[in-house]
Amino acid sequence: MFDWKFAVNILPKILASLKITIVATFAGFFLALVLGLVLSILSKSRIKPVSRLTNGVVLFIRNTPLLVQLYFIFYVFPEYGLTLEPLSAGILGLGIHYSTYLSEVYRSGIENVPHGQWEAAKALNFTRMETWTKIILPQAIPPILPVLGNYLITMFKETPLLSAITLVEILQTAKIIGAGSFKYLEGFTIVGIIFFILSYPSSRLIKSLDVRLNKKF
Amino acid sequence: MSTFELLISLLKGGLKVTIIVTLFSTILAFILGFTAGLARLSKYKILRIISGMYVEVFRGTSLLVQLFWLYFALPLLGIKFSAIFTAILAIGLNFGAYCSEIVRSAVNSIPQGQTEACIALNMTSFQSMRRVIIPQAFATMLPNLGNQLIELLKSTSLVSMITLADLTYHANILNSSTFETTKIYSLLLIIYFVISLPLTYGIKMLERRLSVWRV
Amino acid sequence: MITIKPIIRYNKITKAYGDLKVLKGIDFEIYPGEKVALIGPSGSGKTTLARLLMTLEEPSSGTIEVEGKLLWHEKINGKLVRAKEKHLHEMRKDIGMVFQHFYLFPHMTVLNNVMEAPITVLGMSKKEAKKQAELMIKKVGLIDKLNIYPVQLSGGQKQRVAIARALVMKPKIMLFDEPTSALDPELVGEVLDVIKEIAVEGNDTDMTMLLITHEMDFAREIADRIVFFDEGVIVEQGSPDELFDNPKTPRLQTFLSRFNS
Repeated sequence: MFDWKFAVNILPKILASLKITIVATFAGFFLALVLGLVLSILSKSRIKPVSRLTNGVVLFIRNTPLLVQLYFIFYVFPEYGLTLEPLSAGILGLGIHYSTYLSEVYRSGIENVPHGQWEAAKALNFTRMETWTKIILPQAIPPILPVLGNYLITMFKETPLLSAITLVEILQTAKIIGAGSFKYLEGFTIVGIIFFILSYPSSRLIKSLDVRLNKKF
Repeated sequence: MSTFELLISLLKGGLKVTIIVTLFSTILAFILGFTAGLARLSKYKILRIISGMYVEVFRGTSLLVQLFWLYFALPLLGIKFSAIFTAILAIGLNFGAYCSEIVRSAVNSIPQGQTEACIALNMTSFQSMRRVIIPQAFATMLPNLGNQLIELLKSTSLVSMITLADLTYHANILNSSTFETTKIYSLLLIIYFVISLPLTYGIKMLERRLSVWRV
Repeated sequence: MITIKPIIRYNKITKAYGDLKVLKGIDFEIYPGEKVALIGPSGSGKTTLARLLMTLEEPSSGTIEVEGKLLWHEKINGKLVRAKEKHLHEMRKDIGMVFQHFYLFPHMTVLNNVMEAPITVLGMSKKEAKKQAELMIKKVGLIDKLNIYPVQLSGGQKQRVAIARALVMKPKIMLFDEPTSALDPELVGEVLDVIKEIAVEGNDTDMTMLLITHEMDFAREIADRIVFFDEGVIVEQGSPDELFDNPKTPRLQTFLSRFNS
């Protein structure tokens, strides 16, 4: 049965490793935000081979498991001289994997900017760079903020995968505790509750933001 | 080992489990998704509450946590399933929760007028759901369900972490015995890609067939 | 003289959405076979009157009787209680409705739209349903469109299919809720012709009809009685000639003047 005393005892240990989970989430998300934007702009490139290659890469990454990509980064990269410790490898894996999703999100945001805006920018003699940074993106980003927020939560819930490449985040901490004491129930339950407590209110918040945002536009 | 030998060894060892887990958890997820999605739209409050709790719990925690909980923690409460059953259950429950949201929003997107037309023709609410609302909603939800299917296939790789011998598990085993790291993990990525691509196109085809009425 | 009982009777019907009172105590009867046209400004509550009868909305107070039976209520131990779904299902058998926005089933062909209810609701065999459906589709002049999806039809054609779909259920009472209001002007005629055919020319002339419309000439042509509705009450009613040629109330006079200009 559930041992409350044991649960209280191990709680600080699990909470201590929550820091790693949070760091991995936000660093991965930041990387995905940047890479995703790059991918979405590259896929809109007027140079055909560039846009084709970008779309191919996005398709490949999206259609293969994050877990295997993590193994690839963690085990294959060192063969070519790039050895990463678990946290960096995890952040890189998360960031790359989700950049392909975010590039789609950016793309839908960009495509929702009326075509006339491009023409107006041209008429005002903006450079292509200026058109992106001053006209298109400022209009494309606000409507997609809620979707981006949801991906942040999704990525948070994906961080336990990093335990597969030996990162000691909250799930791995609970697993180590369990392996040492043969008491898995308390640790895993606590981890589940932590995920729920952090993700459920956030997703509700985003939902209400979404409703308000959509009203505004 | 040559690349080809590695490929054969991987497929021979793990393809079956990957496909079985994908297939059965997909079935479970779709059944749960439809049940919970429609239950959330029910006029009975108790059904809405139960299905809402199911959806929020399984979306709010993480698949790997759920998998570990069912595999490592549940036996301590006296309930023990085989690894493959645990895997199917965990993935099915998790994706069922996501699918239910897709089902719910698709059904909600059907205009009220369709229901009114059904009432005017004296259909029962069950008949109007089955004959009018769901078939239209299905065309709307199909692309999203298709995406979920791809996500589900990818997520089956997690079952390797509860020692279930799928493709990923075999790659890890093979890696520790042959050290052909680059080849093995590249092959593994390609195998998943090759499985998921036809699924993507299959769904696109089905989508076209089911929405001929949309112009 | 034999006294004919009304087929529809509204008794002190009110309907409110929050503070907004849409119907303010309607007493109103329609007799079997009668064609009644309901006219009045938009938002006057005409549509609500029909929707209550189709059981799409529930009255706030009052009762409605159809063929002498209470529509929305059942008497249990002498007390009026809100009727169960089963009772509503029973009552709806005799009522059909055509909507302003057609509400065809977009995922079914024209034929299937019309066949659907006979099969699922009446339990008709597929063969018989097809026969009946084709008969109705022919009646509305769309026999060449049997296997086409609604998206490929014009608004007028859609509405004609919707009429066939309602007719195939052989209702004793047909409600038309502004059937031509959503149509382009050039498509109004074809729909009115079909309704007229049903009302006065065909073999369905014993059908009771409640027509909500803004087409005054048409109302005058087919209706036995015109009812002018405004701000949730019946202001004036009578034969078409009485009402159109001799409106008594200032409100109706103002309303009609907008159409005669």
